[in-house]
Amino acid sequence: MRLELRINGSVRSLEVEPLKRLLDVLREDLILTGTKEGCGEGECGACAVLLDGQLVNSCLVAVCQAAGASVVTIEGLSSSALTPLQRSFVECGGAQCGICTPGMIVAGQCFLDSGAAATDEAVREAIAGNLCRCTGYTKIVESIQHAARETR
Amino acid sequence: MKPTITGQPLARIDGHAKVTGAARYSAEVQISGVAYGVLVTSACARGRILAIETNDAEREPGVLAVITPKNALRLPDTKVPENDRVVQVLQDDRIVYSNQPVALVVAETLEGAMHAALLVKVHEEKEPATVRLDDEIKNAFEPEPQSASGKKSADQVRGDPARGLREAAMRIDETYQTPYETHNPLEPHATTAVWNGPDRLTVYDATQGVFGVRKKLAKMFALPTGNVRVLTKFVGGGFGCKGTPWSHVILAALAAKQVGRPVKLVLTRPQMFGMVGGRPLTRQRLSVGANKQGKLTALRHESVSTTSRFDDFLEPAASVSRHSYACENMATSHRLVRLDIATPTYMRAPGEATGGFALESAIDELAHALKMDPLALRLASYAETDPTEDKPFSSKSLRKCYAEGARRFGWAWNKRSPARADGMLVGVGMATSSYPAYFSKAEALARMLPDGTALVTSGAVDLGGGTYTVMSQVAADAIGLPMDRVRFDLGDSEMPEAPRSGGSQTAASCASAVLLAGRALRDKLVRMAVADAGSPLLGARPDEVLIENGRMTANGRTDSFADVVKRAGGAPVEERARAGPDEARKKWSLHSFGAQFVEVLVDPDLGHVRVKRLVGVFAGGRILNARLARSQLMGGMVWGIGMALHEETVYDEKIGRIMTRDLADYHVPAHADVQVIEPYFIEEEDVHVDPAGVKGIGEIGITGTAAAIANAVFNATGKRVRSLPITPDKLL
Amino acid sequence: MRHFTFERAKSVDEAVKGGAQPEAAFLAGGTSLVDLMKLEVLTPLRIVDVSRLDLQKIEARTGGLVLGALATNTDVALHPEVRRRLPALAEALLSGASPQLRNAATVGGNLLQRTRCAYFRDLATLCNKRTPRSGCDALEGWTRMHAILGGSNQCIAAHPSDMCVALAAFDARVKVRGPQGEREIALTDFHLLPEQHPDREFALSPGELVISVFVPTTAAAARSRYVKVRDRASYAFALVSCAAGLELSGGTSGRIIREARVALGGVGTKPWRSIEAERALAGQPPTKDSFRKAAELLLAGAQPRRDNAFKVELAKRTMVRALTLAAEGA
Repeated sequence: MRLELRINGSVRSLEVEPLKRLLDVLREDLILTGTKEGCGEGECGACAVLLDGQLVNSCLVAVCQAAGASVVTIEGLSSSALTPLQRSFVECGGAQCGICTPGMIVAGQCFLDSGAAATDEAVREAIAGNLCRCTGYTKIVESIQHAARETR
Repeated sequence: MKPTITGQPLARIDGHAKVTGAARYSAEVQISGVAYGVLVTSACARGRILAIETNDAEREPGVLAVITPKNALRLPDTKVPENDRVVQVLQDDRIVYSNQPVALVVAETLEGAMHAALLVKVHEEKEPATVRLDDEIKNAFEPEPQSASGKKSADQVRGDPARGLREAAMRIDETYQTPYETHNPLEPHATTAVWNGPDRLTVYDATQGVFGVRKKLAKMFALPTGNVRVLTKFVGGGFGCKGTPWSHVILAALAAKQVGRPVKLVLTRPQMFGMVGGRPLTRQRLSVGANKQGKLTALRHESVSTTSRFDDFLEPAASVSRHSYACENMATSHRLVRLDIATPTYMRAPGEATGGFALESAIDELAHALKMDPLALRLASYAETDPTEDKPFSSKSLRKCYAEGARRFGWAWNKRSPARADGMLVGVGMATSSYPAYFSKAEALARMLPDGTALVTSGAVDLGGGTYTVMSQVAADAIGLPMDRVRFDLGDSEMPEAPRSGGSQTAASCASAVLLAGRALRDKLVRMAVADAGSPLLGARPDEVLIENGRMTANGRTDSFADVVKRAGGAPVEERARAGPDEARKKWSLHSFGAQFVEVLVDPDLGHVRVKRLVGVFAGGRILNARLARSQLMGGMVWGIGMALHEETVYDEKIGRIMTRDLADYHVPAHADVQVIEPYFIEEEDVHVDPAGVKGIGEIGITGTAAAIANAVFNATGKRVRSLPITPDKLL
Repeated sequence: MRHFTFERAKSVDEAVKGGAQPEAAFLAGGTSLVDLMKLEVLTPLRIVDVSRLDLQKIEARTGGLVLGALATNTDVALHPEVRRRLPALAEALLSGASPQLRNAATVGGNLLQRTRCAYFRDLATLCNKRTPRSGCDALEGWTRMHAILGGSNQCIAAHPSDMCVALAAFDARVKVRGPQGEREIALTDFHLLPEQHPDREFALSPGELVISVFVPTTAAAARSRYVKVRDRASYAFALVSCAAGLELSGGTSGRIIREARVALGGVGTKPWRSIEAERALAGQPPTKDSFRKAAELLLAGAQPRRDNAFKVELAKRTMVRALTLAAEGA
């Protein structure tokens, strides 16, 4: 089917299979490889993107469901300069191997945008669906809390 | 010159690329005309492929080939290089484990290949198989030393352990078990293979070592090594499973050759359970005796671990007992048992993680039996020299680790903590961490460019630990440049050879080579300057030249690296250096050590364990970058939590198939499982271990952790869990 | 994925019409369907996208809550009236999956969630649910995550939902619309026992679409809790879970259970409500002793297997914990 997506602010018209995973459209068709595939089953969160402002796993979104919607990927979070959250991830050591990082940052940004208080528990809950195998999580939580202090 | 940049806790220099999504991993390299490969894997654990129906798959639009053992390109050489893993690459009809590659679909699109792969029907002839250790333990055998990392003999005896046990005032004789585990780096294995003509191959591979991949591909395709190029700029974690090239790497190259197109092959998460290794199951018997003062009189550690029918991998679990405690009477042994499983492999701290659980649990049991502080018991048998090899330690700061850890944690031996008001049981426990300090041959090339910046290369990889960053730091100091004028590049088999990133050896090996290459380049530039008629430094003695920020100064006159290069014609000036272990190193016993202290909360009714606080103090030689090193250790310690409480690869014993083949059924720790993790360092000056003075910190974080947690659970509940993981059912 | 036709329903009637066609499947949040279609465990020929229908609303009426079939798990869990009047439901939803899955998953989709049985998801094994009468490798296989209640010689797959456990305990009714019009199905009748037809999981006729769920909000619902035991602290399917609610009478010293509601998750082939246990609790003091007795009663018929025998005791303890928390009040 033919559909339009607003990806990181610009409208893209695509001819795709309706149930193609949004993840594959991003990575293979649009070469937005910042969104990662860790498990393909919605368990790891490496493919998290914002769909009309909501955090979702793009490996479980059929592209037809995103028709007409706005999709924000890691590439769309910053233009030239890093966002405060991205800077925090660099500074606080929130990124190691880097595969969970885009999903963590998208989820973390979604949490920051919600305006909720960045308590330890709230942050851990906000990114509960994002697995990391390298950092042991602590520095990811610190990164988000650090950004919360910087921006609020 | 005293290093000023090395040791600084700088942020990772690849951070920007990673937080913006710009970093390109092996599956993301854009190659025009690339086709997608998807594997079809076996159902049964042992048998023969009778037939493979490929018609339906082949009829799908966009399918380029369905490669099966019947039509697969014959490899000129099916043998793998020495010390490498046997692979299953469609050259015969044998099925030797469940989830083994039996066919490969290549198609224009990923979805097309995935769908077609599901249309391939494999008819298997099953043969009797078993994945149960108990079925085959009667056939346990003594492995060859080369099966183990470190290449130590399987059995070692010192003194008279039987007598030591007889004469002990207190004895512990228990069996511990650690389960199969699966690495599960977050990045799936991925290989993109491109043939440039009939005999030149380029491969982008998610690997821990580009040279191992090159060697295996060159051998199996009978190509000159130089005709194969392997690249990996970013790797999304490895932990051992990307340490050796597995079947899919060969198959990607085979398919690319067969269809005449570049082929990208990415494993699905379920395919990562088996064919790319995992931690084997271990069963370990510990017989430990001590006198009334808690001094060990005997230590016997017998380990049995599993391997495949066709390949030997030894988990050297008993090795940890060889160097941990002073004890006159010691015996360690390893046996292997063959099962119808895929070959296991190194997984973060092979041997020490599993063996440390058994040893450090047994030591704790002995302390409790003696009504002694487990820390005091460990100190009573503190090994001042290596107890097996009778060698001095190149450095050992374990005593400091114990003291600092106890202080930071607030360790107080009070036998049993009272339950909290909410009914949760509280327990504390501790254990010793250790890991050998490996150092392998490595080369680096340092090159000064006419703009006064340096490019330093070594074909190591960065699994996320920070190789890019720390090597830049070491290079900057060695050459005499600020960080922003040094670029370190890696991950290409055309670069000087570095060992694979495993065994916590990259920092030690690669940093030593970078250090030597950087110094050599600096010295060369100084020599060029003082001999250069155009240089203000002409005639100065090299040893009176001071270097700072790319400028050379002597007798009040200065010259710059950039000018030296320019005056010499502008071609880059370069030096290559090699580092590696020498004879002198063999005089020492070389290990990192540490101590971990843990507080757990246990729900007495529901059996749930929470690690409330984990404090680890580690001595791993010189720390090149404390910020990155802390991250590595934290990650390792959380792996220890996973090992203790969550992780288990479970086989269906009837059909011989792993059933926990995804991240819903294979539990790695999630955010909520982690509370307070506190790693600390004891810095060591170790001039014997390697030129960089580094022992490596990639694995020590996971060693001892599981025992410390199990010991704390015992302290909280009075229940001794000797079989990991400690899931709620084991505490009911 | 296989070839299929795709249509986006513009109205409920259109959806029902499309859904009544052979081999049709409704697509809502996609968290189950997209996953299982990729694995080709499910291979519908016709996808009817219902995600844009106007069924998102959550209504708090006197006497109960109406949850639109397309209300997301997040919306329901965070709804103030849900939290106030049926805290067990909010807790159940928040204990399940992860934020991004809850953002996509819907009430209707959760009702129709398929089992997480590893054999069901693995085409290389035998599964009667996937392929009727083909056999079941789970029966003699790895059964740690399987049911101990409601199984048959065909299937022991555990029901995976947390939400349905809370709904089952509190008399929820599912409104569906099909080619024959609208009807209501009690939630406890909505999911079928496997018996000899484990492939049939729902009491739905072809084309029937879930419209909404009504949950009466009683005194017991207001004093309800959900307790989930799992292999890690978050983001895992239940080994055992329990939704429990109590209506108490009497003063602080001599309280008596007027009405009890109990359902278990992780142990049944469907969300496991026990009227028997509820009756046994009525009239008793809210003590650990009476909770335990009711739990013994509930689990009396459990049929554990090699790897899940522990669930019998764990289920009892979980139930005692949930009832204890409910008795203590919010």
